[in-house]
Amino acid sequence: MSYISLSDKDRKEMLDKIGISSPEELFRCIPDDIRLTKGLNLPAAMPEPELLRHFEALASKNVYAKCLSFLGAGSYVHFIPTVVDFLSSRGEFVTPYTPYQPEISQGTLQAIFEYQTLICQLTGMDIANASLYDGASAAAEAVLMAHRLNGKAKVLVARALHPQYRQTIGTYTKNLAVTVEEVGFGANGEIGLEELAKKLDKEVSAVILQSPNFLGVIEDLKKIGELAHSHQALFIVAVAEAASLGILEAPGKLGADIVCGEAQSFGLSPSFGGPGLGFMGCMKDFLRQLPGRIAGQTKDVDGNRGFVLTLSTREQHIRREKATSNICTNQGLCALRATMFLETLGQSGLREMALQNLQKAHYAADRLTRIKGVKKKFAGNFFNEFVLEYPKDAKKVNKYLKQKEVIGGLSLGSFYPELGNCGLFCVTEAHTKEEIDRLARLVKEGLR
Amino acid sequence: MIREPLIFEISAKGKRAFGLPKLDVPAKDQILEGLAVRDEIPDFPQVSEVEIVRHFTRLSQVNYCVDIGFYPLGSCTMKYNPKVNERAASLGGFITSHPFAPEDMIQGNLEVLKRMEDYLCEIAGMDAFTLQPSAGSQGELTGMMLIRACLESRGNPRKTVLIPDSAHGTNPSSAHLSGYSVQEIKSNQAGTVDLEDLARNMTEDVAALMLTNPNTLGVFEWDIKKIAEIVHAKGGFLYMDGANMNALTGICRPGDAGVDVIHINLHKTFSTPHGGGGPGSGPVGVKKAFMPYLPVPLIEKRGGRYALNFDRPKSIGRVRSFYGNFLVVVRALAYILTLGPEGIKEIAEVAVLNSNYIRKSLDQEYHLKYDSPTLHECVFSDKVQKENGILNIDIAKRLIDYGVHPPTMSFPLIVHGALMVEPTETESKRDLDLFIEAMKKIAQEAKENPEILKSAPHHSYVRRLDETTAARNPVLKWVREKKSGVSRT
Repeated sequence: MSYISLSDKDRKEMLDKIGISSPEELFRCIPDDIRLTKGLNLPAAMPEPELLRHFEALASKNVYAKCLSFLGAGSYVHFIPTVVDFLSSRGEFVTPYTPYQPEISQGTLQAIFEYQTLICQLTGMDIANASLYDGASAAAEAVLMAHRLNGKAKVLVARALHPQYRQTIGTYTKNLAVTVEEVGFGANGEIGLEELAKKLDKEVSAVILQSPNFLGVIEDLKKIGELAHSHQALFIVAVAEAASLGILEAPGKLGADIVCGEAQSFGLSPSFGGPGLGFMGCMKDFLRQLPGRIAGQTKDVDGNRGFVLTLSTREQHIRREKATSNICTNQGLCALRATMFLETLGQSGLREMALQNLQKAHYAADRLTRIKGVKKKFAGNFFNEFVLEYPKDAKKVNKYLKQKEVIGGLSLGSFYPELGNCGLFCVTEAHTKEEIDRLARLVKEGLR
Repeated sequence: MIREPLIFEISAKGKRAFGLPKLDVPAKDQILEGLAVRDEIPDFPQVSEVEIVRHFTRLSQVNYCVDIGFYPLGSCTMKYNPKVNERAASLGGFITSHPFAPEDMIQGNLEVLKRMEDYLCEIAGMDAFTLQPSAGSQGELTGMMLIRACLESRGNPRKTVLIPDSAHGTNPSSAHLSGYSVQEIKSNQAGTVDLEDLARNMTEDVAALMLTNPNTLGVFEWDIKKIAEIVHAKGGFLYMDGANMNALTGICRPGDAGVDVIHINLHKTFSTPHGGGGPGSGPVGVKKAFMPYLPVPLIEKRGGRYALNFDRPKSIGRVRSFYGNFLVVVRALAYILTLGPEGIKEIAEVAVLNSNYIRKSLDQEYHLKYDSPTLHECVFSDKVQKENGILNIDIAKRLIDYGVHPPTMSFPLIVHGALMVEPTETESKRDLDLFIEAMKKIAQEAKENPEILKSAPHHSYVRRLDETTAARNPVLKWVREKKSGVSRT
């Protein structure tokens, strides 16, 4: 199978027009000694029915799909309304590129404008960009942005920020004039305020933490923001579970200067971790340092409203090495899906979803901690994730659950060595009471 | 014409398009006590399902796309996106996989990733690939960080990266983010790297040369082996921006021509849809010397099973969460398997044929600054039309009236008033001819009726938009209009 649209006659006519007899002649500009002399060693072409069989076989090797799972930790299962899949798979949305020609890209541009508005409403920030790759790289971009804004070199990173976000910040800052210091979490799972206060000085560019944090605990943003600001540091809040914004106060209302994170929860399936949707919003004074594409409203020559990509003098294609970021292609279609998801759920739906997450997770935590030997590790309040401590290695409990086709809370030992007996559970509106009860029964059995 | 309002403008209290089943666990009071919560999100939309469906269907109808027609946006490789790939990427076993699922339960995913790495190694002539980078520019950043890590292990990361003046803007930006300063290298009269300028600037302070090949003019760097020798002789490395790999598949392999590190764009060469600006995927291929530094985790095949290896002390770390844009990789793998080795070679053969057909058909009407032979794309300019006051943007906007997406204009910077045309291999001769005919008519109009170009487009949903005001007085979100007038942010 090929996707070529030329007939033999077409090819002949085109070669005649060019004035050559074989397409081979067009490649004479490549030296012979680096030309391939034999065919590529790749599998033979597969017609569509065979290809689909092949992929169905591959997908069915993922036996995880049959399991009841309580994994979260940066990737979440939420119900996706049918209209999202239906509308977002239209070729008019799937097959254009970045809207460089606004006159014929108003669909994409208006959707980005709506997306930016929704992100501002959710985060409480003045402005938002059109998307970044994912939560981890968005966190790294936020740290670099803070550094550009105040020129200071030190960043304080909460240890309860997603470990992969921390790792990505480490990679992005390693070769630049930015140093990273971690601030641990206290017994209640929140950031250690004393440690934070001690590490804050006038050299600190920004404090970045996640809320609800990687351990599921909701941070006291107001207090932390005040502390950061009292040392002229910027306060960056990362949100990995965007569904929490349906009920928790907007971080921008609690002192955040930059809010960034992962919006996979808004209409994207887990998909083995990608594609996700990085988002970022900030105060309007920071506009010139915001990375990524931005859509803006304007008028055409007839006075009709229209939308364009704007403020491109921040970007690499104009500013080159002085750009705010090297990002070009971002996560356009994912942002469109999030827009559809949020507009479909609407005011009441998003709140209802968030409340059900909260209630079901608390039910599950109560149910599980009634089992002898199982304790809630942290006293801090939580949204839809919580850490339980077993009397033995969480890996062993998970092994038992796995035999029963249940995937228990993520074993935390490889992220935090001191939490080897702990599992991070995620319960969303997609879980039923019966499933939560089944989990509790099996955990009890697994501990016997 | 119906002007589609913003969703916020049709929102009204109490409308709904979604509901959940009743809460099936006993509701617990006081959970929210002491927390900062909110009762409602001010101005958040409230609409019905039919309003949602019509809103987005109408918005879709004012978008141009590959499924509608010819999209010769140079360097972006806007080829047809096969529908079966979408089907493969929507299989339940793939989309439901959690990234922290136990390895033995997601063997299908790991096989997809590992085989994709192997096939890319074969196609590009490299020793290993990482699929983690989310798009081309993140691939560049990853690649430059790998080079830096390798040089550091030899005792000196060096200071500078050389980049030809014809390069895409992401190259200098990525080099800068990797901690390097950028030195521009001149192009010669053929539009390729000036070897003397390269040799002059290639010192032991230089970490790498970032080379796009074929370059943004569509010209193959004939001297690539010599270029590699000059760079290697001073202990530097050759990075290749593989954005234009569509010209080379099955014809020649960068790894055989001295390239040390390369990124490839799956959303270009391997047909995954551009989605209005992503998601993409920018895998990075390396030679053996760089393997210890690849991002974590690495996928390994051990005795018939696939496993993730996180224990890699020399790794640069990670550039994002999890394993990259997995579903984009699934689509690209489906494409490679559909085409097979002959089909992969035919990509380049026909992409180059189509491009040269356009070039030959329009070289009387439009100026070509460089007369070097070109591969998958060609860069015209507005030099001839400028005599009548017509710029590349006017030509582009007039093309919209003829039902074609305009070419790339923002680069290469070495061609003023550039019109970079990349037809790709999937276009029919009929579509190529429609474009050629439109371009010829426009050339004629430029002479006889330039005003019609200046005021184009005439038939689109909106006409030429005021981008200056958009940037000067940014309105970046909807806000409820206050009685006193429009508020802005």
